[in-house]
Amino acid sequence: MNKNTKINALLLVVVAALAVLPLALGLGDGEKEPFTGADAQAETAITEIDPDYEPWFSPLYEPPSGEIESALFALQAALGAGVLAYYFGLRRGRRQGELRATAGQERRGAGGGAEEPTVRKA
Amino acid sequence: MHIAEGFLPPAHAIAWGVASAPFVVHGVRSLSREVRENPESTLLLGASGAFTFVLSALKIPSVTGSCSHPTGTGLGAILFRPPIMAVLGTITLLFQALLLAHGGLTTLGANVFSMAIVGPWAGYAVFRLLRRYDVPLMVAVFFGAFVADLSTYCVTSVQLALAFPDPSSGFPGALGKFGSIFAVTQIPLAVSEGLLTVLVMRLLVQSSKGDLTRLGVFLTRKQARTEKAETEAVAR
Repeated sequence: MNKNTKINALLLVVVAALAVLPLALGLGDGEKEPFTGADAQAETAITEIDPDYEPWFSPLYEPPSGEIESALFALQAALGAGVLAYYFGLRRGRRQGELRATAGQERRGAGGGAEEPTVRKA
Repeated sequence: MHIAEGFLPPAHAIAWGVASAPFVVHGVRSLSREVRENPESTLLLGASGAFTFVLSALKIPSVTGSCSHPTGTGLGAILFRPPIMAVLGTITLLFQALLLAHGGLTTLGANVFSMAIVGPWAGYAVFRLLRRYDVPLMVAVFFGAFVADLSTYCVTSVQLALAFPDPSSGFPGALGKFGSIFAVTQIPLAVSEGLLTVLVMRLLVQSSKGDLTRLGVFLTRKQARTEKAETEAVAR
């Protein structure tokens, strides 16, 4: 592993640790419902402050179950990850192609120009 | 930071929508100009939008014993400037509002204001400011993304406190309440987002140096000045 890869791996480890530590340390233990979403907690806080408040509009489409909701969240993450992976893969491939092309040119340059047209066709 | 559907009184919902609309319209213009003038940007634009998609889908546990998600808007703001991020962030929020019942159409204006406008602008401002004082690139990227993430949740807290002031302690009391739900939870997540943005930026520096140079990501104050002088000289 070179230094660059090591630093990248270290960054990922720290991010993973930040996510796992609250769970490992049991920081949600005192809560009624540990590790609920902050968005849902805000809804509860609103009804505490203003018990009469009624949401005046409801979502046009609501995932019928938690499973389907998590599937759609996974879809969102997968779409994003797919595009990111495509981008970095494409870049890497292009760079390798360029390197190979320049290396090929240098070889051709060293071996004399006579065979150049055929090489280019191939 | 998603304010749920119907959870802002109509007057507030409309006001935030009116406040956000010009930013998004301006963003659409900047985006189409960028694509027209630099078609080679399209891929990187897609990647920036994709980063927001991934990060805002990840709900991560935090020290407060609740879960929240990063926003992923700092990266695109640093690369393409905030107006373009207003569009990419709005697309992400629309996806979640329509398919996931997460956020909502009536609260879209408020959510766009926090995640797609204030977050990117605050992150971008911090990034530029740090670069102006020649802070190393990756340190500036970290704090840019950190601030973009955290400021988004602070704005959400303010939006809710404005709409629902506490009956006894008023706006400050409600701000404390919503702030402890959103902003405190968000601190470790903002650190995670900063680190992930640094990771992606490191990969981009390796793979797309040409694009980053063209977009001016590497510029510090001194370089920006000489560059400006050069373009002026060329223009003359």
